[in-house]
Amino acid sequence: MTTKLFGAPVQRREDPRLLTGQGRYLDDLGRDALAAAFVRSPHAHARVRDIDVSGALDVEGLVAIYTWEDLPERVGRALPLLIPHPALTHGRTAYPLARDVVRHVGEPVVMVVAADRYAAEDACALIEVDYEPLKPVVGIEEAVQGAQLVHEDVPGNVGAHLVQEVAAADGRGAREAIETSPHTLAFRLDIERSASMPLEGRGVYARWDGRDLRVYSSTQTSTSVRMAVAAALGLPLPQVEVIAPDVGGGFGVKIVHPWPEEVLVPWAAMTLGREVKWTEDRREHFVSSAHERGQVQYVRVGFDDDGRVLGLDVTILHDHGAYTPYGIIVPIVTSTQLLGPYKPGAYRVEFTAVYTNTVQVTPYRGAGRPQGVFCMERTMDKIARYLGKDRTEVRAANFIRPDEFPYDQGMTFQDGRPLIYDSGNYPEMLRMIKELIGWDTFERRPGLGIGIGCYVEGTGVGPYEGGHVQITSDGRVHVSTGLTSQGQGHETAFAQIAATELGVPIERVSVVTGDTRRFGYAVGTFASRAAVVSGNAIALACRKVREKALRIAADALEADPGDLDIADGIVHVVGAPSAAVPLSTVAVLANPLRYAFDEETAKATQFATAAAPDRPPVAEGEEPGLEGRDYYSPIRSTFAAGMHAAIVETDPDTAEIKVLRYAVVHDCGRLINPMIVEGQIHGGVAQGIGGALYERMVYDQHGQLVNASFMDFLMPYATEIPRVETGHLETPSPLNPLGIKGAGEAGVIPVSAVIASAVEDAEGIEINRMPISPSELFELRMG
Amino acid sequence: MKPPPFTYHAPRDLPAALRTLAEVGGKVLAGGQSLIPMLNMRLAAPGHVVDINRVAGLDGIEVSRAGVTVGALARHADVERAGAHPLLTWALKLVAHPAIRNRGTVVGSLVHADPAAELPAVLAVLGGHVRVARWDCGRVTFREIPAAEFFVGPMESAVGPGELAVSAFFPALEEGSGAAFHEVSRRHGDYALAGACAVVGVAGARVACIGVGGGPVVIDVGGDLSSAAARVRDAVDPDDDIHASAAYRRHLVGVLAERALRDAAREGAAARGA
Amino acid sequence: MEHEITLVVNGTARRARVPARRLLSDCLRHDLGLTGTHVGCEHGVCGCCTVLLDGRPVRSCLTFAVTVDGAEITTVEGLADRDGRMSAVQRAFAECHGLQCGFCTPGFLCTVTALLKENPAPTDDEVVEGIAGNLCRCTGYQNIVKAVHRAAELLAEEA
Repeated sequence: MTTKLFGAPVQRREDPRLLTGQGRYLDDLGRDALAAAFVRSPHAHARVRDIDVSGALDVEGLVAIYTWEDLPERVGRALPLLIPHPALTHGRTAYPLARDVVRHVGEPVVMVVAADRYAAEDACALIEVDYEPLKPVVGIEEAVQGAQLVHEDVPGNVGAHLVQEVAAADGRGAREAIETSPHTLAFRLDIERSASMPLEGRGVYARWDGRDLRVYSSTQTSTSVRMAVAAALGLPLPQVEVIAPDVGGGFGVKIVHPWPEEVLVPWAAMTLGREVKWTEDRREHFVSSAHERGQVQYVRVGFDDDGRVLGLDVTILHDHGAYTPYGIIVPIVTSTQLLGPYKPGAYRVEFTAVYTNTVQVTPYRGAGRPQGVFCMERTMDKIARYLGKDRTEVRAANFIRPDEFPYDQGMTFQDGRPLIYDSGNYPEMLRMIKELIGWDTFERRPGLGIGIGCYVEGTGVGPYEGGHVQITSDGRVHVSTGLTSQGQGHETAFAQIAATELGVPIERVSVVTGDTRRFGYAVGTFASRAAVVSGNAIALACRKVREKALRIAADALEADPGDLDIADGIVHVVGAPSAAVPLSTVAVLANPLRYAFDEETAKATQFATAAAPDRPPVAEGEEPGLEGRDYYSPIRSTFAAGMHAAIVETDPDTAEIKVLRYAVVHDCGRLINPMIVEGQIHGGVAQGIGGALYERMVYDQHGQLVNASFMDFLMPYATEIPRVETGHLETPSPLNPLGIKGAGEAGVIPVSAVIASAVEDAEGIEINRMPISPSELFELRMG
Repeated sequence: MKPPPFTYHAPRDLPAALRTLAEVGGKVLAGGQSLIPMLNMRLAAPGHVVDINRVAGLDGIEVSRAGVTVGALARHADVERAGAHPLLTWALKLVAHPAIRNRGTVVGSLVHADPAAELPAVLAVLGGHVRVARWDCGRVTFREIPAAEFFVGPMESAVGPGELAVSAFFPALEEGSGAAFHEVSRRHGDYALAGACAVVGVAGARVACIGVGGGPVVIDVGGDLSSAAARVRDAVDPDDDIHASAAYRRHLVGVLAERALRDAAREGAAARGA
Repeated sequence: MEHEITLVVNGTARRARVPARRLLSDCLRHDLGLTGTHVGCEHGVCGCCTVLLDGRPVRSCLTFAVTVDGAEITTVEGLADRDGRMSAVQRAFAECHGLQCGFCTPGFLCTVTALLKENPAPTDDEVVEGIAGNLCRCTGYQNIVKAVHRAAELLAEEA
């Protein structure tokens, strides 16, 4: 590898277009398309008795109005349950338009298509829906009581129930181990809902030419949207293409698919023979996309005098909202990732996922981990407090040691595979974070607190991703992968990988993601997996291309492929730089031609080459062209880790909470681009601060989301976010060729735990519920 | 989130604006920073919008010994830059964010009468007034509404149908007095959970509190600053909402009133060379 | 009823026929095809739609196009130098990794351009306060703050 771009803070290649207004986001496309808007339920739970559209028919610009009854059978089916699981005994999904009962405020009931969005909204306002209100189920406790049902055929509102248990070395279960522990504690923890809340909402734009359907969607998975849309519309897969254009943030919410709108907009485009576009507005995003985080946890822990956990028993009540399209990934992740860098003697975790008449719950950056880490880190702090020990000492006593990897936690992870940690160095990480924040020299005074939180994150889950790499006769390298990008800098990181593997200048590499025309097989962007899975796939594809290039160049140079290297886009004999051939020429030679279109390609035409007359121009087993495709399918996840620490100040009079310092030590294996990784951490921490101190979804007893605007859902501004100090540790993953682990979600995971730890330290009051506001801290002070 | 249709009027002078308001009623559009969000959310659907941005002569900021008169089209940012009144300038820095202040108007904020807004408290604590015009029998008539009568209730001012608030007068601080404004908001630039602005002079002290009642709550503290927090907490009537409990707001406004009074007193003392 | 308006956008007079309720953001994006100005909330909180109106940052989603008939508007498409090179602010954002998904970026660029014109050497607090009306969900703001300082340096060097 002669071009050392892997590991360098290369400036982002997507930036020039994004900085000059040349990005192309969903709503920037389809200027002449018709606009869709939806009548959405104002009730949390109601039966739709009648829909009267007559009042809207005179709206100027109106094109069409659709209710569920207007949909063909296939289009009107319930949306797919994306990730079935045996424990999800009562999975339920919504219909694209309400069929009979609406189960949360914001559920789509009527679709309107009009000349523009103004007219579409005018028509929506004039459509009268007659609802028979039903009693809504709001909040975990009400759901658990089961007196009212969200779905008539789901008793007790229980969608899923799962117990996982890992016995201690001596075979005893967690409950038994706790009974016989020298010390025990029991407590309840609460975490409230937040949401991904990308600044660009969802959006779909569809074009139908009578045979082929092209769909643009602001999605985290174009390949899977394609399959879902083709299935719903009954189209052969090759006639459907789905493209994720520039996407203005995702953070999890855009992995869910197909959204009602992703089915309805293409269907309307086909039905009307016109381009149709729907651009979600902010109010819609609040009430009709997805939220996450809401859980109640009951914890029992037994431990010895050193704070070593002998048994841990956690019961989780998980609020799943009205539907479960994404299965039970979030509570599974909470249950498993709760363990963090620790090895409790015995562990039992049980979760019950309940339905409520609120927006559905699907992964938001961290995807259940923040809740799990909150649980475990609160537990560690409580043990330390009980024993009068330093909080870091208790953690250290429970760490998995560096010589214990691979470490099998004995559970099943979110990918259905064993929860085996591949590598890590937790004691060293603790030393680094303590040094970075100044843990041992911190001077305690009233109103000043220090806190810590540790996590392990399974990243880069399968099943696979692929990469395609093509070098064209102009020497350019075209890389494509199927998964999508929402701001992570894939065009840069993947180009760094390709440039490094192929020995070409990065300027010659271009990367396309999320376009099924370029790459049809992919899973999607979630679970901090893009760099790990697509990154390795692209590296493997590059290696194929490199091998082929060396083979062809060896022929041309009459050298042994083993004596060749590529630097600056030129294949040369090592030690004899004059014996060289540029990759552009190799690309020409790789594709025997009958027709030339320039001087360079003339070299590959049939009378120009001295090809062996007894061999076909394309040898058996070969393909024309200098290109390669490969896939990376990980055996299981690779486990990144991190430790965060913060110093907070609380105002004795106003109860305001200010984060004075925030420090992160992070290990995502080998870094492709440290600048990008650092940016991911900053952004994650900011979302974590939002979740710890500002953001929550507030439902009233009627199931109305009362803060469905940026006025009242308090996403932090620059004034609310502390500067983040970072340190990196690199323990390469032994599982993949590049030795990398995922980084996308890292920043957000432990923040609520860290802030709770620090506020508790400052106030001397137990913090068992997050987020926390000044008003709540005041109430806690009052007792 | 697109505004509903309305009939648009863009009068060029005050009589035309007032005639239009008299004829069609309608909502006045000045800065639009409160009105347009409500239209975009379709929480309001006026049949007529009277855009006064082209009305000549309403953008003045006139400073005299008596105080500052701010015209209906004077933007927050312009008044802030003019720096003509220390308490007003202080309060304006607490209003939202620069981009909002570049468009929003001081008079519009007063008429909007949000109980958590800063400017109504400034007008109230200073004892200013709002000048209101209407079209009456073929001519323009004016009336002045003192602050004490201007803020009728939450989101409700004394500007009547067909009337246009054309300016607001903020009396200058008396010589030797000081003023201060303290608030706590969830995020920087948000409406305050509670806040207090104070004026402390030789004759006594007054504080106006926000976020703790239907409008600015003005309390004459007299000369005794030590019991001010308790008196403020007695006088206010805050509500619970999703951001803070009533108990917290009551506590908080006492703290903030104390801080504002202390700073105002210190400033007043400094002004007197004490 | 539609209104004939003229906006001087990025130095060029542009005419459009718009209903009175057309938001300036929609007018720029859909009537004039300048899609660099983004719409993130349509209630004036996120700042994605910030443009310069007669040189000052305003929310284009809280402004009717018809109200600003005749005004000068600068959008992200008009920030580059005359020779087409990215402005110091744009270059600083690239250099400091001040953007990720890029959706909020045009609003920040307009805000910061005006901020540095008024205050060419802001303190850290002034920078944070200056950008505090713009939401970013990706970056955590740290690199945006860094980019503002870097832009101030570049502007000083190139002055």
